[in-house]
Amino acid sequence: MQEWANQLCENRQFGSKMTDSKYFTTTKKGEIFELKAELNSDKKEKKKEAVKKVIASMTVGKDVSALFPDVVNCMQTDNLELKKLVYLYLMNYAKSQPDMAIMAVNTFVKDCEDPNPLIRALAVRTMGCIRVDKITEYLCEPLRKCLKDEDPYVRKTAAVCVAKLHDINAQLVEDQGFLDTLKDLISDSNPMVVANAVAALSEIAESHPNSNLLDLNPQTINKLLTALNECTEWGQIFILDCLANYTPRDDRESQSICERVTPRLSHANSAVVLSAVKVLMKFMEMLPKDLDYYGTLLKKLAPPLVTLLSAEPELQYVALRNINLIVQRRPEILKHEMKVFFVKYNDPIYVKLEKLDIMIRLASQANIAQVLAELKEYATEVDVDFVRKAVRAIGRCAIKVEQSAERCVSTLLDLIQTKVNYVVQEAIVVIKDIFRKYPNKYESVIATLCENLDSLDEPEARAAMIWIVGEYAERIDNADELLESFLEGFHDESTQVQLQLLTAIVKLFLKKPTETQELVQQVLSLATQDSDNPDLRDRGYIYWRLLSTDPVAAKEVVLAEKPLISEETDLIEPTLLEELICHIGTLASVYHKPPSAFVEGSRGVQHKRLPGSTGSGESVESPDTGSAAGVSEAPPAVIPSQGDLLGDLLNLDLTPTTTGPPPPPASSGMQLGAMDLLGGGLDSLMGDESEPLGGDLGGGPAIGTGFGAPPATMPASFNVPVSGGLDDLFDLGGGVGMAMGAFNPPKTVWLPAMKAKGLEISGTFVRRAGVIQMEMTLTNKAMSVMTDFAIQFNRNSFGLAPAGPLQVLSPLSPNQSIEAVLPLSTVGPVMKMEPLNNLQVAVKNNIDVFYFSCQYPISMLFAEDGKMDRQVFLATWKDIPNDNESQFQIKDCHLNSDAASNKLQGSNIFTIAKRTVEGQDMLYQSMKLTNGIWVLAELRVQAGNPNYTISLKCRAPEVSQCVFQNYETVLKN
Amino acid sequence: MIHSLFLINASGDIFLEKHWKSVVSRSVCDYFFEAQERATEPENVPPVIPTPHHYLISVLRHRIYFVAVIQSEVPPLFVIEFLHRVVDTFQDYFGVCTEAAIKDNVVVVYELLEEMLDNGFPLATESNILKELIKPPTILRTMVNTITGSTNVGEQLPTGQLSVVPWRRTGVKYTNNEAYFDVVEEIDAIIDKSGSTITAEIQGVIDACVKLTGMPDLTLSFMNPRLLDDVSFHPCVRFKRWEAERILSFIPPDGNFRLLSYHVSSQNLVAIPVYIKHNITFREGSSQGRFDLTLGPKQTMGKAVESVLVSSQLPRGVLNANLNPTQGTYTFDPVTKAGRTPAEVGSRSAGSDAPPARLAHTAREVERLKVNRLDMYGEKYKPFKGIKYMTKAGKFQRDDLVCITGVSTLTYETVTLEPSSIITFTSAGPN
Repeated sequence: MQEWANQLCENRQFGSKMTDSKYFTTTKKGEIFELKAELNSDKKEKKKEAVKKVIASMTVGKDVSALFPDVVNCMQTDNLELKKLVYLYLMNYAKSQPDMAIMAVNTFVKDCEDPNPLIRALAVRTMGCIRVDKITEYLCEPLRKCLKDEDPYVRKTAAVCVAKLHDINAQLVEDQGFLDTLKDLISDSNPMVVANAVAALSEIAESHPNSNLLDLNPQTINKLLTALNECTEWGQIFILDCLANYTPRDDRESQSICERVTPRLSHANSAVVLSAVKVLMKFMEMLPKDLDYYGTLLKKLAPPLVTLLSAEPELQYVALRNINLIVQRRPEILKHEMKVFFVKYNDPIYVKLEKLDIMIRLASQANIAQVLAELKEYATEVDVDFVRKAVRAIGRCAIKVEQSAERCVSTLLDLIQTKVNYVVQEAIVVIKDIFRKYPNKYESVIATLCENLDSLDEPEARAAMIWIVGEYAERIDNADELLESFLEGFHDESTQVQLQLLTAIVKLFLKKPTETQELVQQVLSLATQDSDNPDLRDRGYIYWRLLSTDPVAAKEVVLAEKPLISEETDLIEPTLLEELICHIGTLASVYHKPPSAFVEGSRGVQHKRLPGSTGSGESVESPDTGSAAGVSEAPPAVIPSQGDLLGDLLNLDLTPTTTGPPPPPASSGMQLGAMDLLGGGLDSLMGDESEPLGGDLGGGPAIGTGFGAPPATMPASFNVPVSGGLDDLFDLGGGVGMAMGAFNPPKTVWLPAMKAKGLEISGTFVRRAGVIQMEMTLTNKAMSVMTDFAIQFNRNSFGLAPAGPLQVLSPLSPNQSIEAVLPLSTVGPVMKMEPLNNLQVAVKNNIDVFYFSCQYPISMLFAEDGKMDRQVFLATWKDIPNDNESQFQIKDCHLNSDAASNKLQGSNIFTIAKRTVEGQDMLYQSMKLTNGIWVLAELRVQAGNPNYTISLKCRAPEVSQCVFQNYETVLKN
Repeated sequence: MIHSLFLINASGDIFLEKHWKSVVSRSVCDYFFEAQERATEPENVPPVIPTPHHYLISVLRHRIYFVAVIQSEVPPLFVIEFLHRVVDTFQDYFGVCTEAAIKDNVVVVYELLEEMLDNGFPLATESNILKELIKPPTILRTMVNTITGSTNVGEQLPTGQLSVVPWRRTGVKYTNNEAYFDVVEEIDAIIDKSGSTITAEIQGVIDACVKLTGMPDLTLSFMNPRLLDDVSFHPCVRFKRWEAERILSFIPPDGNFRLLSYHVSSQNLVAIPVYIKHNITFREGSSQGRFDLTLGPKQTMGKAVESVLVSSQLPRGVLNANLNPTQGTYTFDPVTKAGRTPAEVGSRSAGSDAPPARLAHTAREVERLKVNRLDMYGEKYKPFKGIKYMTKAGKFQRDDLVCITGVSTLTYETVTLEPSSIITFTSAGPN
């Protein structure tokens, strides 16, 4: 008994020393040697203690890599803890000791076969963390086995391992087919495996923007939604984030997904809640607003957002940044929840500032009294930044809610009375803005402001005060004295103040010229002669000249009426907002910047857009249709490699010409263009200069019709081709039925708003009655009005050029769209483009010049008189060398030959003859491009075979590819 | 995903680092230190800090910064939630989460972090599962391990991790089967100068301690479930059933857990059981001032308000305070942090300066969530059931009050506030 007690005591002593802190105490020089000896000890216990010491040193950042071989030797053990510890060590140091790490491979392979799934999983997990290229190859086989392991715990670990491996060697993963295995795991029976597979795929997809790794269709969505209910909270986050990338086919699908996602709003994990909010915010866009469910959903969104605000401050901060976005997009959700955003005195400053911002966004006539009372309290707080922002917020309220302006101004005056320096300065800055919004209303307070002139020491406040003095100089008796006092230290002021002072004194001079001549001369000479600042000098000179040449004009310019300040200047641009809503819960939403703007290594992050609302059954454009290719980091291929092109385009005169058609090209000029086209531009096209052109084109008549018929100016020629077309129509006779209208491709977005400061242009080309037209929809997605539109084309293969100015008569106000039709002529300068039908366009408005490129269907250029005489056709066909013939297959086309011919006729592809040989219809067709190039075609249609064969012959074989594509689009639409 | 984790103590030393992917140099924390320097208070360090190549997401708990390093676009809430989970786990394992505790158990900490995250993906964060994988250290276990050579690491596959109820392990056995539920409500309110409530809200939680054998299936119903319109549930709660019948049905985790938390917003009237009046004046030309504070119960319906605690931040210039409370005790804590406020005190219009008071107390007047009944299915035995109600100190705040220019704190404590009693504090004021 006594003995036992003694032992216990000893043990207890031992036990009390048993904490891990003892591992930190060995910091002496000989430590490594000591550890080495211990690691090689025969005693298991000693070994383990030694490994623990090694780990502890590693944890605090000591370099124990020298022990690598000794630690790896301990790996082959049955002791799970020891194994884990060694694995920990391996993961940390394998990179620095790649050769040694290979020693561990065998153990891994063996462990992957262990009967205990825990060990299998542990092995596959650790393997992936050893970031050594040499080792990865050995990992493939064990990993493949583990991906198909019977135990879901192993499978789910293996799924993550694929992502790890991809990070080390992407090519290997693809070659080994692991991606497909991973995709299969999305259909796994175990929800955790599904969640991990989704997480792994999402991570891999991040580095492969265009790979269709997460191919979402209704079936996979259904699987994900099922797994969502059963997997862990972290898995739910991955699945929800993945769901957010899906675009439902219609509002019903959208609603059913929303219904299945809403329970996540009650989850205790705030990240799950926010990811669910993201999915709902996005899919809600597709729901019709009159739907009952829409209203229900809106109501359901408020409580979880409020709950996020009672969490830890860090969570609150992220939540608030996101709420800021949500409030801008859908203010109705939180409009009654103003009070939860009231600041608590023990909130961290970053939470306070965010709350303040949201309070202003939610401020309305209904709650403004309460908000103002709060803001006034905040303005007396301690934290300077917070106080400043609170004062500014009062000003913003005044601008936002007109009814409250008076109360805001009096609150600000109260605050100025406190004489707290930074409060006064901030108040003056915002009062200036209030003057800009409500001119001639609150000028009575100027006297109070002037009392505080001396205390202003911040440039912004000084500049604001000077502006006020200058603007209202006629009401301030001693305005000249006030401004003069500022002038004394002119050179010590910041640029902002100097500029403002210059303008204010000029204003003063224009208002009270008699007394202030000296002053204005003084400031002008200070600005122009003694200053190094080019802005200041320029402004000084402008005023000087204005005043010296035409004081009346100067008065008109300087004292012109100013546009009212906009209340929503602090809002996020709608297009950016849309994109950010799609990124709720991510870093992008915290920074209010699109992910492409800051995430390192975001190789071609795709811009996301909210889906539009659609009716039942109608399919929705996938969010990044058509722009997927163009959104890589490089600017879109608007201006391709040719550097000089850019110069050309930039030098184009973009003044909005108000004259009607462009200077009508004289017919010689036109000939010149044509010659140029034939002689120069086409040289490259034809590749063979020596061949005389005239003959090739079927003799003189062809050229005659090509260039003679349409008179010099396009507008005048409108009716000619019409009759021609009609003639042709009748001319066709029996063989071909009524021609159908030409196929016009639907409008596509040419210039996304993201790239053009809010201007979105979508458009298409049509040929109507012989005139090529560019039909465009211009949408203003920015906040300000757009005016002064003008358009120019770069030189292109077929000399397309605007035949008139872009007719956008009224200014385009925000969120407004306007349709514009631009007639085109084909007499512009020529230059071969790649692809041939590429057109580079510059559009100008009052904001900037934007460039984009689009491709027009070549059928736009098929002339109405493209029907060749049979004989000529035959001769030409024979004449064109066989090298110039190209053959194409058109697949899956189910029209019979007549219908096809009919359809093509609509696009000015004329059937000249039809032959039936062995059940195969041969259609011989001709078309003529506006520049006189003839294209001859033989279309073989076999009854019952959906594949057509088409042979194209042309002097300029380069166009064949384009023509073929055109055939395909016309026949398939 | 999460790349690395650094633990930084109050004095700015990195005392633990863990890397899940490649090693990120600890110099990345310099950006954090910069932000820390800029922040006037420890809690004001922004939670998300960008650096040229990484993002640092941090939480501050128990005066330790947990700084996670991420490289790609990751939901920050995901990281913050995870970090909080790490802290909770440490606390669960070691009782406290301090630098000393972490250093004492560094190997367990390392093992835990390794289990919790795999390549940045959360692996096992449920304490039940973790405890199966890695046994929490106890003196006894360390002792036994030393004698027998066995280890802290569980040999079993954590069964719970794959089952439909990952939060509960199988084969739980107790001799005394008990289930306790604590309904805890906190009232947060902001009151204006005249004493009327600007906002008041209740944050409520139901914390449970369930020690039941086998796989019990519990249902909990409430008398007034309408109060619960804004709730977050533990994942064990069957949401469908709640939606349909307003009954909580769940298979509980083993041990302590938070069953649900809820929020009753200011729309439902929350009555404040006490009132407070105060005034602070500084005598012109004198270094002294006077501070009065009156505290009384209201609308208590005859019940006593217990453990009232008022703390009030006084202007920076106050060096000392002598108070005569009519009841209870007070302490004056002259902790002042330099550089916190610009020196505005003197220029402020003295006289209107008064400190905000923070009130904490226990009150019983608010309509609170009431449990109707608790039933158990799936097991045969009869458990002992207990439900306790508490209303805790929330953050009452008088925010009308003008400037807080200092951080010395006055704390008054009184045991009970009887319905009729009024407590006043008067002081000779600052000297």
